[in-house]
Amino acid sequence: MSGLLGGIVFGLVGGVAIALSTMVGVYGERKIAAKIQRRFGPQETGPYGLLQLPADTLKMILKEDITPRQADARIFKIAPYFVFVPIAMGLVVIPVAAGWAALDSSIGILFFLAVPSLSVLGILIAGWSSGNTYATIGGMRGAAQMISYELPRTLSVLAVVILAGSLRPVDVVQAWRWWWIPLNFIGIVVYYISSIAELNRGPFDIPESESELVAGYFADYAGIRWGIFMMSEYGGMLAASLFGAAIFLGTLTWLPGPFGIITFLLGTGVIGSSMIWVKWTFPRMRPDQLMTTAWKVLTPLALVQLVIVGVVVPWL
Amino acid sequence: MTLEVESRKETLAEDGLPVEELVVNVGPSHPSTHGVCRVIVHLDGEIVTRAEPVIGYLHRGIEKMCENRTYLQVVPLTDRLDYVGSMYANWAYCRAVERLAGIRVPERAEYLRVIVCEMQRIASHMMSLGSAAADTGAATMFIYAFDERETIVELFEDLCGARLTYNYVRPGGVSFDIPEGWTDRLLEFCRTHRVALREMDKLWFGNVIARGRMKGIGVLAADDAVAWGASGPVARGSGVNWDLRKHDPYSVYPRFDFDIPTGSAGDVYDRARVRLYECYESCRIIEQAVAQMPGGPIKAEGLQRLIAPRPGDAYDHIESARGSLGVYIVSEGGPRPHRVKFRSPAFCNLALLPLIAEGHMLSDLVVCLGSLDPVFGEVDR
Repeated sequence: MSGLLGGIVFGLVGGVAIALSTMVGVYGERKIAAKIQRRFGPQETGPYGLLQLPADTLKMILKEDITPRQADARIFKIAPYFVFVPIAMGLVVIPVAAGWAALDSSIGILFFLAVPSLSVLGILIAGWSSGNTYATIGGMRGAAQMISYELPRTLSVLAVVILAGSLRPVDVVQAWRWWWIPLNFIGIVVYYISSIAELNRGPFDIPESESELVAGYFADYAGIRWGIFMMSEYGGMLAASLFGAAIFLGTLTWLPGPFGIITFLLGTGVIGSSMIWVKWTFPRMRPDQLMTTAWKVLTPLALVQLVIVGVVVPWL
Repeated sequence: MTLEVESRKETLAEDGLPVEELVVNVGPSHPSTHGVCRVIVHLDGEIVTRAEPVIGYLHRGIEKMCENRTYLQVVPLTDRLDYVGSMYANWAYCRAVERLAGIRVPERAEYLRVIVCEMQRIASHMMSLGSAAADTGAATMFIYAFDERETIVELFEDLCGARLTYNYVRPGGVSFDIPEGWTDRLLEFCRTHRVALREMDKLWFGNVIARGRMKGIGVLAADDAVAWGASGPVARGSGVNWDLRKHDPYSVYPRFDFDIPTGSAGDVYDRARVRLYECYESCRIIEQAVAQMPGGPIKAEGLQRLIAPRPGDAYDHIESARGSLGVYIVSEGGPRPHRVKFRSPAFCNLALLPLIAEGHMLSDLVVCLGSLDPVFGEVDR
């Protein structure tokens, strides 16, 4: 019984966290993009434009939920949840304080890498069930991209697992030492790049490339279902930033005890903002260049990192 | 030529399963068609096997409308041809009318025409570079380029009251003289524009992803460029050194010292680069023109409002931002032209799309289309 209750509480807290992070993420993205582009961004609705996002959220909820006639209605309607739920599930294993995670699992890192990547299924069925050529191409691109970037991402995390000697995220945080950052530098870069690609964000946003495929796999979605795709993107960004800040940068241990959460959130914010910065600086890649980057650049680099760690570990 | 979407090709894969070609209708309303162009794209996976541009969605019958208006009333119609470079169509049309009616244009007006057209070239190239960048998802470069264009548009607004459709060049001269302090702001713009161009050069052409997207894509051989009647930056990007300002000098252009940048590879990168360097050259021309500009009238003396040339025909062409823009007018006497025909460079350049885009990927198709810089007001007329 307590397990069920705990599950409900965690679910609610997680849902609120993702919704809030989406609102903060959208606001931050619009403000940072505006700064980069010599604009102001939202500033009319409320102080500093802060009420723009509640207003947009309300608009999104109230908008008509359209199902196109040529779409496979049942699959079309559930596809957004297939994207959102795995990404939200990935959040539970991330340690949020030194020594504490919502789900303290002995295979937490494996869980984090495996479960969110199931969202590729949602992208594929969303693209296919729309009955729209743009969406179909977007779905296919998304599937190819996410499967390719899984490999370098997993390999880059593996280096940390070898150093810590555990798949339990809490143990990794406890074992973390400052010299892991220089030692793991290549791995951190590979993790960062492949996380952006895994989230289908610019410069790797080819499944939704707005200049070719209009909006790719979610071209036909409207209202709250479109909003769920949006929340998955920002939820994924939150998860990747939290995981990076906890496992790679060890920000939870920078300050003693519970104060670690301050540096942890700061580190998450820095990683998340830099993802926005990258998106608004670089143009989009072409699908073949994207694959070349995954298989010919990032995967070998991650393997080099593994070799470096493998050589160092016996001397520790 | 079949325009039917249904005309798809069915082949069998190695394992005997039928493989259907995917046919995508890009446009007529699409973020990257730079207006209302429809491209029927046949896709084999991501590869474009066939691309057919379908035009006519912005056809307003401007050439026919010209026949029912007086010579002066046609000028606002020419604004609507190439709506990001209205000054060119104004000027090309006015040159043809002046040739037909034997009107002599005062020297100050010729200088003003050169200045506004070179400003227009910068504005148009900024639009082209910016939207070509937006085609690859680089929204920041788009905003930076439009920031530069905005200054020119504001200067035009102070000059003639309009930001887009200027109606500035009229038969016999120009409509307004420059306001006070305007040339100082223009020279200041030329100075800051060079800095901005260098910044954009680093941001856009120096970016490794942007280079990867542009180099070797949409290669147009010099022979093909000549054979298909390409002109402007599209032809010059392929190394065809053809610019009417040098090769059929008109107005006061022979008095200025400027170069014609040409590319060599003929790919998207070279075409974009030619546009960037042309902005530097336009700045040079503007500075020389401002320094040399004489005083005097800006309109031809004793010109009647109702121009009625004797029967005959006249053709004249100028180098617009997109290429050789020609105007042919037939007069049968009387105050209205009998027939007006525009030779639009955007139309001729757009015809190259299947040639340069086939065999590339869908992502490259929009980049190729952007590099041709079509403006559909001028393509469809």
